[in-house]
Amino acid sequence: MAFSLFRATALAALLTSAGTAQAATDVTFWHSMEGPLGERVAKLAQDFNASQSDYVVHAVYKGNYGESMNAGIAAFRAGNAPDILQVFEVGTATMMYAKGAIKPVQALSETVGDPIDPSAFLGAVAGYYSAPDGKLVSMPFNSSTPVLYYNKDAFKKAGLDPEAPPKTWPEVAEAAKKLRAAGMECGYSSAWPSWVLLENFAAWHNVPYASKDNGFGGLDARLQLDSPLFRKHLGFLADMAKAGTFTYGGRGDAGNALFTSGKCGMYTGSSGMRASIIKTGGFAFGTSTLPYYPDVQGAPQNSIIGGASLWVFSGKSEATYKGVIKFFKFLSNPEQAAAWHQGTGYVPVTKAGYQATKESGFYEKNPGTEIAVKQLDANTTANSRGIRLGYLPQIRDIEDSTMEQIFAGKTSPEDGLKKMSTEGNALLERFEKSVQ
Amino acid sequence: MEKRVVFRHRSLPWLLLAPQLAITLVFFFWPAGQALWQSFRLEDPFGLSSRFAGLDNFADLFANADYLGSFRTTLWFSALVAFGGLAISLLLAVMADRVVRGAGIYKTLLIWPYAVAAAVAGVLWLFLFSPSIGILAVYMAQLGFDWNPRLDGNDAMALVVFASIWKQVSYNFLFFLAGLQSIPRSLIEAAAIDGAGPVRRFATIVFPLLSPTTFFLLVINFIYAFFDTFAVIDVVTQGGPGHATDILVYKVYNAGFKGLDLGSSAAQSVILMLIVIGLTALQFRYVDRKVNY
Repeated sequence: MAFSLFRATALAALLTSAGTAQAATDVTFWHSMEGPLGERVAKLAQDFNASQSDYVVHAVYKGNYGESMNAGIAAFRAGNAPDILQVFEVGTATMMYAKGAIKPVQALSETVGDPIDPSAFLGAVAGYYSAPDGKLVSMPFNSSTPVLYYNKDAFKKAGLDPEAPPKTWPEVAEAAKKLRAAGMECGYSSAWPSWVLLENFAAWHNVPYASKDNGFGGLDARLQLDSPLFRKHLGFLADMAKAGTFTYGGRGDAGNALFTSGKCGMYTGSSGMRASIIKTGGFAFGTSTLPYYPDVQGAPQNSIIGGASLWVFSGKSEATYKGVIKFFKFLSNPEQAAAWHQGTGYVPVTKAGYQATKESGFYEKNPGTEIAVKQLDANTTANSRGIRLGYLPQIRDIEDSTMEQIFAGKTSPEDGLKKMSTEGNALLERFEKSVQ
Repeated sequence: MEKRVVFRHRSLPWLLLAPQLAITLVFFFWPAGQALWQSFRLEDPFGLSSRFAGLDNFADLFANADYLGSFRTTLWFSALVAFGGLAISLLLAVMADRVVRGAGIYKTLLIWPYAVAAAVAGVLWLFLFSPSIGILAVYMAQLGFDWNPRLDGNDAMALVVFASIWKQVSYNFLFFLAGLQSIPRSLIEAAAIDGAGPVRRFATIVFPLLSPTTFFLLVINFIYAFFDTFAVIDVVTQGGPGHATDILVYKVYNAGFKGLDLGSSAAQSVILMLIVIGLTALQFRYVDRKVNY
């Protein structure tokens, strides 16, 4: 009797625990947002968890973009991948071609009966993360784009109009000359050289960066950097470097410091830098659109995004997927998208989020914040949708190192661009072989 | 009558060695074997498709001019780090050995940098010498010194070499100091009585007697420069400008962890492994003969 009572209690306990497990499905979400951004992501997950009782999202910081992608891949190989992984834009091709490892987001949302509409997103944002058939493969999350920042105090000192920033490259060179003459240490610089000066440059001028629609059309895409406009552009920058009006600021985000320290009068950097410039700059600054060459037809087109999107791993339960999609929908509702945009400097990834921000009067109160969105809010062309190439991080390394040689005067722009193409294409061939 | 202790137990030595052997097998031979296996394969990062590629990974590497250039960069970098580091540490050790008052403080301070992680050491040097922002770089600019490691390959090389040496000086210093202290005072005193000055004493007595330590440190420093310096490179230059500081081990890291190109990364690490094995063998073959134990 005592024995069976014990059994009954055990059985009851088992049932109860099974009951709670069913009541809330866990969704793991690995991300790379650190500092204040990390707190915002934690808050997003908290708010989502509080808004319903079926799913619990666990947001976990897994190191910077490179580290978390490595962690996600290693976890997948070990058989315990997270449900959602935040991957930077240069990892898009790698993720997309990992066919058995990931679930394309839009198709998944349709399967679970809660479809995500790609037309709700800004054109340049949705385009970057879409398959050739226009369906989203990953969920746009934090997107930024490069803009031109300029130091208004320095402009005044140099006798330049602080309300009329340079629009074109010749104007940038002219302004940089005046800034230098007024005693500034650096006229113009840039963060993320390969992203801003090559990838975005191509989209902004509506010229191809690689064949096959920048890689969107297939794995056999190859770089098309060895073209007249790129030669002209790098030649122009090399001349500026020689004249002392362009200061190379280093790879990645190293160039930011030249501007925030007040040494540089103008610089092109991520729209996501705004908050940081306000915090550390200590000078009046303005934001403007990326410079272009006025003699290029069709320029300016639109810029392309950086940042990251959210990928869903395969092999999870139906309930988990429902939770994932529900969480994605929560992230992209106008309120959340607008709050994320206004708080972080990333662009609102949805049109409704943009609209909501507009109506709230945010752009009037914070001049310059709309530039990035405007640069992206366009009907993209085959040249401006984005870049979809394998081994893109290494290709950027090749580009950065070659640009360093060009700006140091060791290589001519012609030879440098040829070198980038040859070496980059060798990598693209390897990538093509590796995923087949 | 000779007394000999003979262990009859056959398995005991193996048992005693087992933990160390197990660690070596699991943490050295197994990964090395995996690298070798991986170096003959072409695989996507997720391991979804993997195929035998023969020597393709190696062929791709040797067809790449930058990879070949990296050998020269690596040798140059390693020689600077190893010899520069040894020279500075030896000087410091000899000086510290002569100090009478406060010797403990000097020694402790000299050992400190060893506790700093390589990446942190890199950041420190980067902050100090970053053009137009770094504290020391600003002074250098005021003195009219044209310092720009962002675009000048030699400046960048100097920066990573100094950072790497600084990090390793403590280790070398400790060994040199111990070596110096084990040199019999009587020898040095006898030479001093015979009229040999400090330089002469160092050249004819101290340095030869220190040679086993120096040789050991030479091997260790080369291995350090070859393998353990990638964090410094990653933080300070990322291999640039151009390929001025793109050393082999950084390329392994870059291909594997940034590029997710496992085949190429494995092939590179196999080549690196062979080089270090070769270098160490060479050092034992030739330098070892000149060492007095």
